[in-house]
Amino acid sequence: MGDVLAARSQMAVSLGFHILFAVVGIAMPVLMVIAEARWRRTGDAMYLELAKRWAKGTAILFAVGAVSGTVLSFELGLLWPGFMRFAGAIIGMPFSLEGFAFFAEAIFLGVYLYGWSRISARAHIAAGVLVALSGAASALFVVLANAWMNSPAGFQLVNGAPTDVDPVAAMLTPAAFPEVLHMLLAAYAATGFAVAGIHGFMLLRDQRNAFHRRALVVALIVGTPAAILQPLSGDISARYVAQWQPPKLAAMEGQFRTEAGAPLRIGGVPDVAAQRTRWAFEIPHGLSLLAFHDPQAVVRGLDAVPRRDWPPVPVVHIAFQVMVGLGTLLAVVGIWVAIAAWRRTDLAANRWLMRAVVVASPMGFVCIEAGWTVTEVGRQPWVIYGVMRTADAVTPMPGLIVPFVLISALYCFLGVIVAWLLYDLVMRSPIAREGDATISPAAA
Amino acid sequence: MATTIALIALVALNAYVLLAGADFGGGVWDFFATGPRRTEQRALIADAIGPIWEANHVWLILVVVLLFTCFPAAFSGLAIALHIPLTLMLVGIVLRGSAFAFRSYGSTADAPQRRWGRVFAIASVLTPLVLGVCIGAIASGRVGDMLERLDRGAAEASFVSLYVSPWCSPFTIAVGAMALALFAFLAATYLTVEADEAALREDFRRRALWAAAAVFVTAFLALILARSHAPRVSAGLIASVWALPLHVLTGAAAVVAIAALWARHWHLARVAAAAQVSLILWGWAAAQAPYLVPPAFTVANSAAPPRTLELFLWALGVGALLLFPSIAYLFWLFKSAGRNGSAAQESD
Ligand code: HDD
Ligand code: HEM
Ligand code: HEM
Repeated sequence: MGDVLAARSQMAVSLGFHILFAVVGIAMPVLMVIAEARWRRTGDAMYLELAKRWAKGTAILFAVGAVSGTVLSFELGLLWPGFMRFAGAIIGMPFSLEGFAFFAEAIFLGVYLYGWSRISARAHIAAGVLVALSGAASALFVVLANAWMNSPAGFQLVNGAPTDVDPVAAMLTPAAFPEVLHMLLAAYAATGFAVAGIHGFMLLRDQRNAFHRRALVVALIVGTPAAILQPLSGDISARYVAQWQPPKLAAMEGQFRTEAGAPLRIGGVPDVAAQRTRWAFEIPHGLSLLAFHDPQAVVRGLDAVPRRDWPPVPVVHIAFQVMVGLGTLLAVVGIWVAIAAWRRTDLAANRWLMRAVVVASPMGFVCIEAGWTVTEVGRQPWVIYGVMRTADAVTPMPGLIVPFVLISALYCFLGVIVAWLLYDLVMRSPIAREGDATISPAAA
Repeated sequence: MATTIALIALVALNAYVLLAGADFGGGVWDFFATGPRRTEQRALIADAIGPIWEANHVWLILVVVLLFTCFPAAFSGLAIALHIPLTLMLVGIVLRGSAFAFRSYGSTADAPQRRWGRVFAIASVLTPLVLGVCIGAIASGRVGDMLERLDRGAAEASFVSLYVSPWCSPFTIAVGAMALALFAFLAATYLTVEADEAALREDFRRRALWAAAAVFVTAFLALILARSHAPRVSAGLIASVWALPLHVLTGAAAVVAIAALWARHWHLARVAAAAQVSLILWGWAAAQAPYLVPPAFTVANSAAPPRTLELFLWALGVGALLLFPSIAYLFWLFKSAGRNGSAAQESD
């Protein structure tokens, strides 16, 4: 494995790991606050139990999110000193602001965890709301930095060095709005459905468990709207890509030739040597219609850029198909949940719906990993689109495979442990029946 | 403006060393927990670290973010030359943070508790050592030398001479050991204040005194080695106008800390220990000013454009205005809970 590939892989593993925890840190506080609000309103102790358990789970995941984020902020320099030297002054700003957001999140999570009986009800809920808001702000800022890499702005290039640096303009680039919107919805959809799936699974085994019933409802309140909106937001993202990063769009769609009225390809495997995408199901004019809202629009293919500027086409195409496919399924399940809820049927008693929720449970997270692969691999060979190549950004130190293997092994180990801890937390959940005066001893 | 920001970085590093340093030191004492009150010692350490470690950890992030935003050239230089120790430090930070969280929030059964305690403790020893090594390497000027060689295209130079020897020398290892001793000293001193029981307090008093001896030995070693390995810092520390007052102050703080421990004036000991550690840090910074990474980067020649610095200062000001009251609130809440010894149950 070459050094650039090793560095890219290490970055991908670190980000792919961090994003899982970051997403939970964004969305879980919302679930927690909703559960607490319901407890305060109804006096139903089961909601209190739920809020406390979720807060505890969030604390574990938050810690792993924090350390893996710290690793990332070092890795930006350790792996990509050329990039940071160029871009630090331009996009350091959103990273700094993310630091503040994270700080606020850590502080108020502490207040939330330790303040149950020490501060007033209102102050406690407010602390929870602040945790949720700062989680979303973290995501906002860091995605702004990534948006800049996709649509660099806020500086002039003179002899290969940036001048006239304007960090504010660098935060407000064309990619900013679509990416931030899509990322935030992704966090709520993925976490909401993951949690709903866990409790749905428990309900399939024990349909009358009052604890899991409440948990299911709260999780779906967060997950369902986001999952339904996500394809719309994805359309906004795709239209941004079509306009600003044509080679990425071409790779996503397996579009080798420039053509008017391009078809939408579903599935298929791009064959780079033959410059065509095989075995895809094609919808005539579909791509032109979706990307430019005009069935005759010209879609630039990969042939519009030199071969050395092509991203790895098969990876991008397949990752995109995975995201869109699973994202559509998730939205369908979301609509089903919404209809069932609107009709006021008992969700937990609907076994087919519960099965669907369980199956959908990991999909959001898979979509997130796939979506980031599209964004990042699709930007290749550029680290800053059109400005700096990834190969020029990498550290001169040879032997990068060693830290790559080290970090990957560390994260595998941590991943297994976190999964086991969470399993333990869920399995120790209370056995409670509707109408029970107290929660049974398993809760203790 | 660049100088102001460099000073802020130093303040943040100072805060990290005083707050997170004590957390690391706590891990060291977890490792060395002995005697009949072993369990109580560990419980006290865990209670004292509590939910605050993540907030403490933020100071390190602030230093990193500040460096890459305001001094991008110096940041990328450091990241190139110190790739190996920084990666090791990251491994330490990851293991330590997650082990602590798993132990506090995970299963309360005995075996996993002990296993996580072990990981937590070992990582707590590793991380300060490497942090000290990195600081030593910067101070020695070898990091800067290596970067200049790299700029001249040192293609023929061996891997070890470029990526290992700048940070691996007797001097840097002495500085690493000193950092470890200092953190252990800080933690033990703080813990004498935190402890409720007289016997436990005595345990940590003894430990603090031992650590103070270790600080003395390692500092002496580092000073001697500095003459040959870090001539610039050594010259700065010995020759410049402020050297004498600074030495006197640092020494005085050390003496006060030890005397206060001896006489069981716990609060005074804590203040003096913190002052001693801070003075050592400022002494290092003053000795190598105006260099960030001697001899390659000064504060001025690696600074970002003024517009970036200005915005950064604004963000910092507004952020501080919002966050300091919040963190004071958290500390107050937690410490007032800790006194009743009920914080741990509270989170269940
Ligand atoms: C729950 C997660 C999830 C779901 C259901 C979807 N996506 Fe997505 N997608 C993401 C999670 C995600 C992501 C991981 O969050 C990305 C990576 C970068 C970003 O902003 O969002 C992303 C990126 C991303 C991009 C690339 C943007 C860029 O490179 O700047 C496009 C074009 C789409 N998505 C389009 C879609 C479409 C048409 C979907 C239809 C169902 C869809 N996404 C569902
Ligand atoms: C789109 C991708 C990302 C999102 C949505 C995201 C979001 C978050 C969130 C919500 C947190 C809070 C921790 C938690 O709740 O678990 C966090 C922590 C953190 N993130 Fe990320 N992050 C992303 C990528 C990155 C990248 C690329 C970096 C580094 C360059 C980074 C650096 C950090 C750091 C340093 C922390 C911890 C802060 C601290 O310890 O002070 N993140 N991130
Ligand atoms: C958290 C969500 C993210 C994920 C999952 C992700 C994923 C990836 C992947 C898969 C790569 C490797 C690309 C390849 O192999 O071709 C990569 C590279 C990289 N990403 Fe991201 N990315 C994320 C967000 C970000 C953000 C917010 C930044 C912010 C600046 C960023 C900066 C980089 C850099 C500098 C590289 C290395 C250069 C490159 O290969 O393009 N990423 N990321």
